[in-house]
Amino acid sequence: MSILVTPTLAHYLVLGAILFAIAMAGIFINRRNVIIMLMAIELMLLSVNLNFIAFSRYLGDMQGQVFVFFILTVAAAESAIGLAILVLLFRNVGSIDVEDLDALKG
Amino acid sequence: MTFFTLTFYLFAAILVFAGLRVITTRNPVHAALWLVLSFFTSGAIWLMLQAEFLAIALVLVYVGAVMVLFLFVVMMLDVNFDSLRKQFRSYLPQGVIVGALVLLEMALVVVSSAIGGSEAPPLPTGSNTRALGQLLYVDYVYPFEIAAVVLLVAIIAAIALTHRKRKATRYQDPALQAKVRREDRVRIVQMPAEKG
Repeated sequence: MSILVTPTLAHYLVLGAILFAIAMAGIFINRRNVIIMLMAIELMLLSVNLNFIAFSRYLGDMQGQVFVFFILTVAAAESAIGLAILVLLFRNVGSIDVEDLDALKG
Repeated sequence: MTFFTLTFYLFAAILVFAGLRVITTRNPVHAALWLVLSFFTSGAIWLMLQAEFLAIALVLVYVGAVMVLFLFVVMMLDVNFDSLRKQFRSYLPQGVIVGALVLLEMALVVVSSAIGGSEAPPLPTGSNTRALGQLLYVDYVYPFEIAAVVLLVAIIAAIALTHRKRKATRYQDPALQAKVRREDRVRIVQMPAEKG
């Protein structure tokens, strides 16, 4: 029996899980760099979308793809506002290091 | 093993590798480019799952717009990125542990349940875009319009956040010009006449 069996729903779900775990580890590893953290969030959303599409295909229900559409919309809005905040942050603080953002710390 | 199977594993390997490079690379420009590769590969996998419209939308919207925005911002900010990686090594074990735990938990859920072996149902006839449009513009028309409002709010927020008045430019304010009175501009000085 070959290891490379024909992909089933579980294969796509595990692939999405791997991608999500990579992105989560990325947020922990790049704890100082806001840009890489935003990119890791994009990766997380991508893995969630992969899950939605795999379920939509294997359950034969198109509504999963509609949800992916909405997630794409919200993710685009999120990254636009996030990057705007990042630019503003750099302009005011002069750094994008998370450690420098302690103005609200008592 | 069919060509389809081989393609799936190839794309999955590329996707995982690109994702790993996104979080470990030193240069954020490279990270953005690896992220482009992972989006593109995901688009290919979505095509294999017969979600043609969303695959094209992913490439157009993400690779075409969002990642270009990321690259703009990365290149615009003059940041010393090496200093941001000073404690990379000390964060590494934490990140690996959390990532491995998340992966383990999700894999356990997938493996322990019976969703693994199910066969994909036959595809409905007709185009994917048409079916998606039917659903989106009939059943989900209100959420669709709310999504449009979300995008509008994002546009306005992004402009309002980053817009700034330039101090160096000189411009006329007609309201102030019309409001001006003689006392604001002319000062009459009373001086004693000089004796000589």
